[in-house]
Amino acid sequence: MANLIAILAGVLCLFMGVVVISAKNPMHAVIALVANFVGLGVLFLLLHAEFLAVIEVIVYAGAVMVLFLFVVALLMAGTRAPQESRGKNLPGQVPLALAVTGVFAALVVFALAVRTVLVAPPPSTTDFGSITNFGRALFTTYLLPFELTALVLLAAVIGVVFLARER
Amino acid sequence: MALTVGIDIGKALLVIIFLQAAFGYLTLIERKLLGRFQLRPGPNRAGPFGLLQPLADGVKLLFKEEIIPAGVDRFVFLIAPMLSLLGALMAFAVIPFGSPVHIFGRLVPLQIAGPSLSLLYVFAVASLGVYGIVLGGWSSQNKYGLLGGLRSSAQIISYELAMGLSVIGVLLAAGSADLNQIVSAQTREWFVFPQIVGFIVYFICAIAETNRAPFDLPEAEQELVAGYHTEYTGMKFAMFFMAEYINMITVSALATTLFLGGWHGPAILPSYLWFLIKVAIFLFVFVWLRATLPRLRYDRLMAFGWKVLLPVALLNAIGTAAWVALVHP
Amino acid sequence: MLTLYLPIVIYFTISLLVCFGIMGASRVIGRPKRQQSVAKLQPYESGIVPEVQLGPKFSIKFYLVAMLFLIFDVEAVSFYPWAVLMRQLRLYGLAEMGLFILVLGIGYAYVWKRGGFQWDR
Repeated sequence: MANLIAILAGVLCLFMGVVVISAKNPMHAVIALVANFVGLGVLFLLLHAEFLAVIEVIVYAGAVMVLFLFVVALLMAGTRAPQESRGKNLPGQVPLALAVTGVFAALVVFALAVRTVLVAPPPSTTDFGSITNFGRALFTTYLLPFELTALVLLAAVIGVVFLARER
Repeated sequence: MALTVGIDIGKALLVIIFLQAAFGYLTLIERKLLGRFQLRPGPNRAGPFGLLQPLADGVKLLFKEEIIPAGVDRFVFLIAPMLSLLGALMAFAVIPFGSPVHIFGRLVPLQIAGPSLSLLYVFAVASLGVYGIVLGGWSSQNKYGLLGGLRSSAQIISYELAMGLSVIGVLLAAGSADLNQIVSAQTREWFVFPQIVGFIVYFICAIAETNRAPFDLPEAEQELVAGYHTEYTGMKFAMFFMAEYINMITVSALATTLFLGGWHGPAILPSYLWFLIKVAIFLFVFVWLRATLPRLRYDRLMAFGWKVLLPVALLNAIGTAAWVALVHP
Repeated sequence: MLTLYLPIVIYFTISLLVCFGIMGASRVIGRPKRQQSVAKLQPYESGIVPEVQLGPKFSIKFYLVAMLFLIFDVEAVSFYPWAVLMRQLRLYGLAEMGLFILVLGIGYAYVWKRGGFQWDR
């Protein structure tokens, strides 16, 4: 059962990822990306990372994508028929894309070949990613990065206000 | 295994049918109550006391001509009402609506699913609910629709923050994000008493999240016709409507679970009836507020969320945390 | 743990079927009987024929709210594990979250001061 759901979620993620980059209409790309994040949440859940799964949906699907949606909705407002823009290819775009895909495919094959070394053993306990364990790690072992996050967020807040200032 | 899945399917069907029926009769009760508040009888033609009114409305909406305006993005236009309704239905999935009962000799919890992060699950699903509204408003190529959708999503995300922080006090007091454990932590004392501030902030945010009066800016008739669902007809309009009312039921049910002791109550009534009564009280307050309060101005609404509710919720969380750290055994 | 989520999958499937069922029913029953006129398919803007197209002239505040929401949402999310663990962390937890809130409080005060929460400015 878990395997079936993992395959379904994985296929959903891949398909939506392809839609994100191939959709002509940016709004469709946004919707596909939301679906992609929800699929990723399901995959996290199947890896026993319960808290991360919820965070994935709340922060990425629910907050980051709202911002994307605002930008797309406001920029596209007024275009009666959604633009079907067929931009010209950049010089050397196709060979470069093929090369990068080749490297990536080679990496995947390599990783699969030596997975006994590279892949961490699956978590032994099912509460591995529970909110308690997550919190314990965050507030004891990784306390410094957590506090530094506050500084990063502070910089982001100031940046946002600066961007939106009256000119 | 087969029995477990069978019970799961049965519970899912029961909840969906119940939510649909509750939606229908909630619209009737709301119109009846609004009528009484305004010294008129309300709908009373269809059946005795107008009891068949929801049915008549449903049939009427089903037979309405389906109009898709010219030049809309059909895919987005059609998916938006479905997203709204799906989000509303899914959010209810983890709410425990009664003490466990015996069916076929096994103990079945009255809850569709009880994962340990059930409270955060509700927030995760609720954070997706905004898409139906903003996509519906955007895709209908209508000025009012777009404005309504954007206003509504800006309002929902602003109040979502304060809502998320207002329940921190409950998490602290219960020491768990599992709704079942939160309910059992309230056996002796309901959290509404120690967490009165959190409760008030939560309920105000809940009204704003469901786009109800006095925060019903997205559908401000006088300025925006009907906001994001101006261009929707028939059942597609009904689905947005359904989503709004089911969301009302869900936030009321969550308020009951978090602050009013969930399904706990004296044993003279079964637990699910206690739950129903508490939810009904919240729903009555929703209608009462609609009949009483005028709509807020948009700038005041946003300022209220960011400048009042957010800091109050945060202070409440810190205060409760200090209490847990210093006083709690 | 995963079996706890299985009923949600079942519930989701049924909910999805209900949504498609309603859409399908309204499509079959509500199919327009005759050719629809141009006026009928126009957006409804209080009976006035839409003349001015929607332009990308929207308040920057919408972006501002979305970005601030994103930042403060990341902050709010870190409160949940902290709240659940508070009984173990005690004063230590209070101090570390106090520092976190202090830094973000500076950001909050800055936004307030610059009128970021003021919709009419």
